[in-house]
Amino acid sequence: MRTDQYTGHDYYNMDDLLTDEHKLVRDSARAWIKKEVSPIIEDAFEKGSFPKHLIPGLGEIGAFGPYIPEQYGGPGLDQISYGLLMQELERCDSGLRSTSSVQSSLVMYPIWKYGNEEQRMKYLPKLATGEFVGCFGLTEPDHGSDPGGMTTNFKDKGDHYLLNGAKMWISNSPFADIAVVWAKNEAGRIHGLIVERGMEGFTTPTTHGKWSLRASDTGELVFDNVKVPKANLLPNKSGLGAPLGCLDSARYGIAWGAIGAALDCYDSALRYSKERIQFGRPIAGFQLQQKKLAEMITEITKAQMLTLRLGQLKNEDKATSGQISMAKRNNVDMAIKIAREARQMHGGMGITNEYPIMRHMMNLESVITYEGTHDIHLLITGLDITGENAFK
Amino acid sequence: MNILVCISKSPDTTSKIAFTDGGTKFDENGVQFIVNPYDEWYALVKALELKEAIGGKVTVISVGDASNDPIIRKSLAVGADEAVRVDAADTDALFVAQQIANYAKEHDYNIILTGKETINYNGGQLGGMIAELVGLPYVAMATKLDLVGDLATIEREIQGGSEVLEINGGFVLSAAKGMAEQRIPNMRGIMAARSKPLNVIPPSGGESHTSVVNYELPPAKAQCKYIDAENAGELIALLHSEAKVI
Ligand SMILES: Cc1cc2nc3c(=O)[nH]c(=O)nc-3n(C[C@H](O)[C@H](O)[C@H](O)COP(=O)(O)OP(=O)(O)OC[C@H]3O[C@@H](n4cnc5c(N)ncnc54)[C@H](O)[C@@H]3O)c2cc1C
Repeated sequence: MRTDQYTGHDYYNMDDLLTDEHKLVRDSARAWIKKEVSPIIEDAFEKGSFPKHLIPGLGEIGAFGPYIPEQYGGPGLDQISYGLLMQELERCDSGLRSTSSVQSSLVMYPIWKYGNEEQRMKYLPKLATGEFVGCFGLTEPDHGSDPGGMTTNFKDKGDHYLLNGAKMWISNSPFADIAVVWAKNEAGRIHGLIVERGMEGFTTPTTHGKWSLRASDTGELVFDNVKVPKANLLPNKSGLGAPLGCLDSARYGIAWGAIGAALDCYDSALRYSKERIQFGRPIAGFQLQQKKLAEMITEITKAQMLTLRLGQLKNEDKATSGQISMAKRNNVDMAIKIAREARQMHGGMGITNEYPIMRHMMNLESVITYEGTHDIHLLITGLDITGENAFK
Repeated sequence: MNILVCISKSPDTTSKIAFTDGGTKFDENGVQFIVNPYDEWYALVKALELKEAIGGKVTVISVGDASNDPIIRKSLAVGADEAVRVDAADTDALFVAQQIANYAKEHDYNIILTGKETINYNGGQLGGMIAELVGLPYVAMATKLDLVGDLATIEREIQGGSEVLEINGGFVLSAAKGMAEQRIPNMRGIMAARSKPLNVIPPSGGESHTSVVNYELPPAKAQCKYIDAENAGELIALLHSEAKVI
């Protein structure tokens, strides 16, 4: 792979709206990624496994639970810093960002928000450094877009819970130390349980053959009469709203992440089109190529403004699920379209892993599917504006 | 061992360079600023390495207005213990050297590190001027520094080889490539930087001895002329009549 020549693009001087600390967090993450990740990411993608040696470094740049307060070992950053970190990670690779999203929003967030003090102190500091890696089990073989229909369940056995069922498509599962698992109690109410690797009856088979997100490990979670200590139940929230609250946080990060992937594709296409000579001039001089580039930067700029505003709302604790859905849907769709156009602009070279475009394009197929599919987010917006539920 | 490191603000290496005010001022519009790499990667990181090995305190000092604060915060995030900003425009090297020398004398710093030059003005004068003003020996463009007790062993590249110098006691040094490796701030550093002191002090005397008449961009590259490989005669004629080199 060629050296990573990426530079950010900020057509509307959005940087002026960021604090010095935002920029320091973002630029340090970018520098670390260029040094440690860019040189090995194509290889990791090709091998189809998450480069685990990066875990401590990800902890050091603050990618694990950026907004978790300092008292629990987190950096105590705001939501915009969280977004910028996700943008930088996904600028390199969606799989890298996925690992951090899951750790931050789907594992640390529920322990912080729904857990008790003991659980917070036990898990959060180790998750922040990467000493522990976590995963999040919501999706099941028969329940994807409709997680409320889940069948994974637990029974109260007096001094412990007995957990049975299976989860599928779980990021980080093959190597995670802990799993935040959503399951129904005997009354059919959804609760979160912390399941630790090593508990009897708990296995995490790897999912093979992915054409997307290959630098992130995906697997199943299988629970065969797993005895879970009662202290491992997250006590402070239950019902479908609990996992959906985590998804809101992760989807917000994905909205930023997708901008990163789009920026990388645009950056590469812009550079390539200025260097590639055909018919005696750089292809950037042809109107058809300029249309592509101009539309790319327009869409990126719109997404940047939308997402920064969402970040401000998140900071004020005012962002609604509907607003988050709109940003996730818009930005991932924007990124996937830019990846396709950028791929064409690279001609044959765009087919190879000399350039990051195909990798982004393939990755984004997962990103447009997980955390609520493109269509499901549309239904969320539809429900929000009409009050009519079109899901069922 | 307390070490003073001089840092300045430079445009990011990918910035578009333009001038305003009739070519007398650099146009900062839309430019991202970074810590001058020679100051950051070599001088500051070397100071941190020394501190980590033998203890002490690393202070960064910068002359400029509040727009220098981001690069100062970054230096604190990289690991400096405290920062001083002399609140004045950095009009010329002598003025800046006077500010830094005054501060160094007042606070008894006798190891002062700078980068070998800034990447925007490439003056390379500051270290020598500070050394003269504080009365310490100066080594320019050093690539290696070892400190054992009061004895500093300093290496610098010279034409066709290297020179090794020894200094007993304090010194001023400008650092070049090889002195240390870039450090990327980690989250612990960024968090710690929030509460590290950044003291803003007024300028103390000093005056500028030079002023800028104007800046000019290098002339645009002339168009390349292709001559058929079969046509050596035409090439020679053009080299003679147009390029006037033969
Ligand atoms: C790489 C990867 C990593 C993942 N990581 C995790 C993880 O860490 N944890 C986790 O819990 N899950 C994870 N997922 C699962 C992901 O969230 C689900 O794949 C997603 O929610 C969609 O569910 P499904 O695959 O069952 O598709 P389905 O729900 O079966 O959807 C199939 C199609 O039907 C459409 N559809 C469904 N319902 C409706 C409706 N009411 N109206 C109109 N159209 C509808 C969908 O939009 C989609 O196009 C991951 C998935 C992938 C691919």
